[in-house]
Amino acid sequence: MRLPPWLLSDRAGLVLLAILAIIGVGVPVLNLLAPPDHPLHLTAYTVTLLGKYLCYALLAVAVDLVWGYMGILSLGHAAFFALGGYCFGMYLMRQIGTRGVYGDPVLPDFMVFLNWQELPWYWHGFDLFWFAAVMVLVVPGLLAFVFGWFAFRSRVSGVYLSIITQALTYALMLAFFRNEMGFGGNNGLTDFKDALGFPLQADGARIVLFVLSTLALAGGYLACRWLVSTRLGRVLVAIRDSEDRARFLGYRVEKVKALVFTFSAMLAGVAGALYVPQVGIINPGEFAPLNSIEAVIWVAVGGRGTLVGAVVGAVLINYAKTWLTGALPEVWLFALGGLFVMVTLLLPYGLIGLLRRREATA
Amino acid sequence: MSELISELDAAGMHPPVGPVDATHGILLYLEGVSVSFDGFKAIDNLSLYIGDGELRCIIGPNGAGKTTMMDIITGKTKPDAGRVFFGQTIDLLKLDEPAIARVGIGRKFQRPTVIEPLTVLENLELAMSGAKRLRGLMTTRLSGEERDRIAAVLDRIGLTEHGGRLAGILAHGQKQWLEIGMLLMQEPRLLLVDEPVAGMTPAEMDRTAELLRSLAGSHSVVVVEHDMGFVRSIADRVTVLHQGRVLAEGRLDELQEDPTVIEVYLGAGDAYH
Repeated sequence: MRLPPWLLSDRAGLVLLAILAIIGVGVPVLNLLAPPDHPLHLTAYTVTLLGKYLCYALLAVAVDLVWGYMGILSLGHAAFFALGGYCFGMYLMRQIGTRGVYGDPVLPDFMVFLNWQELPWYWHGFDLFWFAAVMVLVVPGLLAFVFGWFAFRSRVSGVYLSIITQALTYALMLAFFRNEMGFGGNNGLTDFKDALGFPLQADGARIVLFVLSTLALAGGYLACRWLVSTRLGRVLVAIRDSEDRARFLGYRVEKVKALVFTFSAMLAGVAGALYVPQVGIINPGEFAPLNSIEAVIWVAVGGRGTLVGAVVGAVLINYAKTWLTGALPEVWLFALGGLFVMVTLLLPYGLIGLLRRREATA
Repeated sequence: MSELISELDAAGMHPPVGPVDATHGILLYLEGVSVSFDGFKAIDNLSLYIGDGELRCIIGPNGAGKTTMMDIITGKTKPDAGRVFFGQTIDLLKLDEPAIARVGIGRKFQRPTVIEPLTVLENLELAMSGAKRLRGLMTTRLSGEERDRIAAVLDRIGLTEHGGRLAGILAHGQKQWLEIGMLLMQEPRLLLVDEPVAGMTPAEMDRTAELLRSLAGSHSVVVVEHDMGFVRSIADRVTVLHQGRVLAEGRLDELQEDPTVIEVYLGAGDAYH
């Protein structure tokens, strides 16, 4: 099989895909085949933690596509991630059936608790896996499209657009906190039992979710890499660097922006949908503005406009977060802020830029 | 997805515009155009006609409305009054910027605006007409015919040897030519060129003059320029703008004798020596 030229010339991307292939096979092997007392054995906890990092990495790739290539600094991408997560969480809620605390065959526990008599209309269909899977793409995509259509047509850009995206995710957070919304309010959706009949707590399900996350990241990366290698990718760069030039060349800038923004939101939605069954809960905290800002920092640290850098940044920073919030929890936010300032001042092209510079001087 | 794309393409399209009709020998009509910003009349009842294939220079002191006029023709600014037609039939005031670009009007900005992280070839590919539809953009390859078109434009702007270089590292003059090349890739009928030789060396100016002269005839070219030597070297007809109006129009040597022109623009008279 011969690789297409757009992939062949992407050396960093090939390294990334090779690593994903290795861990996609290696991690399950070390979990299932190495005996528990073996030094190389990976616990189910570690597998899930790695799976979580991969979901964050996919979110980062989605952010990099719109920020690094199209120049739209979205400070609300975690909203699309959370919406994807809620869509899949709704499916998982409906799989609980009579095993909930109140044993109602249709209504999730929190609805029984609120004395609701029947399922709200927007919960229908979510007992079907395929329907939920489609909604994971449709709901974030539709919100992004409607938002993008109005914002980009009114030519809102730059810092104003960033502020609106931040407001968007904040508004969603407040809305989802309300019990009357029908998404479990403050507590969100949790106590999941199984998906497609497989118990989520079992090692097997965790391995499958990990492998799916690996595949989703690889697929998302490939889709974005292909997109930025096409002519459309060059239009994105033109829009980023000189929106007027693109417009006077005859491109409908607002349409291109709305479409790519929508695609990016769908990727974020997939990431969220894979994230929720691995962490076992989705609540309105996922809409917190800070989450979106963190995703932007991952991209900046890894290297904006490189796609690979987004993955590197997301994994490294989340690893550091896991470690630091365990060892020195009060230091974490200062470390994150300091890192962002350092990278902005010293490494405008992030870690990937640093590697490239080394290569150029070597 | 493809249905969605075609729907979106349709949503962005304006009522179908036919090919430009310049049968009366005039390609661009501006009639009684006025626009004011916060009470300041930037363009005041301006009428201007550009012939098919003509090379016209527009001169005028700062604030005369030259750039605003370009903004109106290309759809960036909507005038308060007046009519702007491209040929006999195309009402430019009903179109937005991309639509105006697609009917055949190319605009070069004052500051060279090329996409610096892309190569010279990629910049030309970006500008290529016929690639503006989403379906046409979903490809990583160039067809043989597209390659030939790009090669022809590269040759015309004298950048054949620089095709693979990043646009950002070109010399200032080369960037200006690349931007003119990008306009040519759009296959326009009318080129609007804002101060093409600002900051150029004399040798670069000569080549630019040659390039613009070679475009006239097959294209109409409107050049806004301050450099009188350059204006003399390219244009037979010159329009002087002043306070948003046409002050005078004619051959440059006639205008240089015109007392009103001397008063408002040429001033002490040393500007064109």
